[in-house]
Amino acid sequence: MKQYLNVIAAYSIMLVLIILVGIFQSWSIALSIFNYCMISAVMTMGANIQWGYAGLINFGIMGYTALGGLAVVLVSVAPVPEAWHVGGLNMMISLAVIIGMVISIKYILKKIQKSKKRNYLIAAIIFFGLILIKLISGPAIEHIEAVEPAKFGFLGGLGLPVLFSWIVGGFFAAGLAYIVGKVALGLRADYLAIATLLIAEIVVSIIKHEDWLARGVKNVIGLKRPAPYEIDLQTSPWFINLVEKFHSTKLATINSLSEKQDLLNQLVIDASSIYVKLCFAGLFLVVVIILLIITQKALYSPWGRMMRAIRDNEEAASAMGKNIVKQHLFIFILGSAIVGIAGAMMVTNDGLFTPGSYRPMRYTFVIWVMVIVGGTGNNFGAILGGFVVWFLWVQAAPMALFIINLFTAHLPETNGLKVHLIESAPYFRFLLVGIGLLVIMRFRPQGILPEKIIKQ
Amino acid sequence: MDFINALIVLLNYTVIPALTYGSQLALGAIFVTLIYGILRFANFATGDMMSFGTMFAVLLTYYFQSKGISFGFLPTALLTVPFAVAMMIFYMLLIDKTVFSYYRIKKSPPVQLAMVSLGVMFVTQAIIRIIIGPTDRRFLDGEKFILKASEFKEMTGLNEGLTIKSTQVITLVVTIVVVSIMFWFLNKTKTGTSMRAYSDNEDLALLSGIDPKRVVMITWIIAGILATIGGILYGLDKSYRPFVYFNNMLPIFAAAIVGGIGNPYGAFFGGYVIAFAEIFLTYAYKRFFVYLLPESLEPNSLMQLLSTDYKFAISFSILVVVLLFRPSGIFEGKKI
Repeated sequence: MKQYLNVIAAYSIMLVLIILVGIFQSWSIALSIFNYCMISAVMTMGANIQWGYAGLINFGIMGYTALGGLAVVLVSVAPVPEAWHVGGLNMMISLAVIIGMVISIKYILKKIQKSKKRNYLIAAIIFFGLILIKLISGPAIEHIEAVEPAKFGFLGGLGLPVLFSWIVGGFFAAGLAYIVGKVALGLRADYLAIATLLIAEIVVSIIKHEDWLARGVKNVIGLKRPAPYEIDLQTSPWFINLVEKFHSTKLATINSLSEKQDLLNQLVIDASSIYVKLCFAGLFLVVVIILLIITQKALYSPWGRMMRAIRDNEEAASAMGKNIVKQHLFIFILGSAIVGIAGAMMVTNDGLFTPGSYRPMRYTFVIWVMVIVGGTGNNFGAILGGFVVWFLWVQAAPMALFIINLFTAHLPETNGLKVHLIESAPYFRFLLVGIGLLVIMRFRPQGILPEKIIKQ
Repeated sequence: MDFINALIVLLNYTVIPALTYGSQLALGAIFVTLIYGILRFANFATGDMMSFGTMFAVLLTYYFQSKGISFGFLPTALLTVPFAVAMMIFYMLLIDKTVFSYYRIKKSPPVQLAMVSLGVMFVTQAIIRIIIGPTDRRFLDGEKFILKASEFKEMTGLNEGLTIKSTQVITLVVTIVVVSIMFWFLNKTKTGTSMRAYSDNEDLALLSGIDPKRVVMITWIIAGILATIGGILYGLDKSYRPFVYFNNMLPIFAAAIVGGIGNPYGAFFGGYVIAFAEIFLTYAYKRFFVYLLPESLEPNSLMQLLSTDYKFAISFSILVVVLLFRPSGIFEGKKI
């Protein structure tokens, strides 16, 4: 019990902070912060598996998150039959060509000795394959994008339940991680960081500009939800009765019938948004707990010990007969898959897919700050990092505004400096997170909750 | 005649813009490579440091304009360079003193320094946005064009016009001057030699009496000059926007690695490799071929290899290919 005291203390403080937001701002804001904290926690756990367990830097979190989001669109959105009719066949043929290219290149790599001839052959396959794809898919893409561009203009998805897409998102991210890992894992640490950062950028730019796939920067809105819709709740009698019962004392104090009805309506609207967020919170909590149990078990299993051994001394682990390349690839895929799940969760929570919003600042660097601040190699630390940093990231602007108002209280409202500072309040989040990272790196480099190795 | 017209098209829309963009990338790439070679870490605050220096140039340009000071037909921003550079160097030395030196003395692994540079990136970005805000700003004044398309057509009687913007010439001239001074400094002066020695083998350099503090300080000073000038040139040519500068970090990294990180010559050429690849692969060659081919063969498509949306993706793909086949860069940098 004693060894978990700091964990419990840290989590209690975090929970109290969120409850305080609920009391002073609103419960709806508190719950959306809580949900986003949980999504961040899942991303952080993914990054922590790679960095904390194995010492691999993955600055491509953004790419895996975006792929997870793409999975939601491709799985849950209903298919667009007209688009499939005008261009589906050609797109399928293009896909077959790509698969054919990959298989033939693999075959050549296996069968022909390393030589100039082999390189030319591969280059020729790629060159002619790309031309073929362009010829086949070019007109099809034009036709697909012309199908009601304001509403569709893409192939649509499979129309399956949205929860299924979380798993698919994990698999998408795992697939990308396999390719990236094969290409880049042999590189030295900082090269790996740069390479993964740039590959993620390539992935996002493809999602952004291939409109036939997921409408690109035109966004997909109104995605399915695993939770009820607010509008439906507001009209269902059982929910209204529930709210009435919950607030019976408050309602009883009002005598006028019309005022009572107005208040009840307002309460029902507030309660419906809270109810939906609670549903999401429950779902996310289940995911976080399942992942936590699995990662915790893995960390203290023989496999986890092997990973730590590889991280701390590659040569020694290799001398003990561990296949380092294979294990690195495996853990890279595993961590990325978790990030992919988080990406799918986030898009489901928002109900919309906006490829333009995937930027390295928000989806790579902030997640990394979470990992480092929380505690590398400690799953509880990673989750805590997700909570703390996301809380700061969201609450920095109100806090900055409060402090600015406090210090400039004696200045008139029209004072240039005051106006400028109040306008730039949102940017204090960068300052806060940056200084937080620098302070932690300097004075507590192992994070708030350091890695704990249980001796057996 | 058609052949010359085709060449002018190519020159106007690809070669000159690529040379300009390449020079701006090259300055950034040398900055990255110097920090990597001598201070031994990948500086993720690169884009924001360039942005920081440029911010002062923008603010000072506005100040000078309000005081009625101008630089004739040249942009006022060139007058502000010394002040902006001075502010930048001050900021960099301050950051080094308060943040980086602690880890350098402790001999932390490069990864840790890279993580610390993330913190510096966040803080720098915050300072920039709090001071100048996130909006797009143009601060180019003076003559815009050296050669206008219509003038060129009149002069030569060709169908195609050649436009040369003053910012393009300024970029090229300034880059050549700055880079040659820097290479002269690195190769011919005693301080430069000691810097190269420190980069090659730190322990031996210390044994032979090189003062590490001085080497580090001079590295930051040179880096500050390069970052500020590169940033100002980019801002004059396009416009100044903090977010764009942050994103420019990515092609700059690609240029530095393609050239072989740690090797300034490689970084210089890497900038042009990336710029030319980006522009040549996304340019629509229809007009070029219309001049060259007989009418019956004229293309009816745009003749564009990749849409311009993939500009960034191209430079990153080049990087991936280089990493796969020649991991130490085209010009052999430090060993990975």
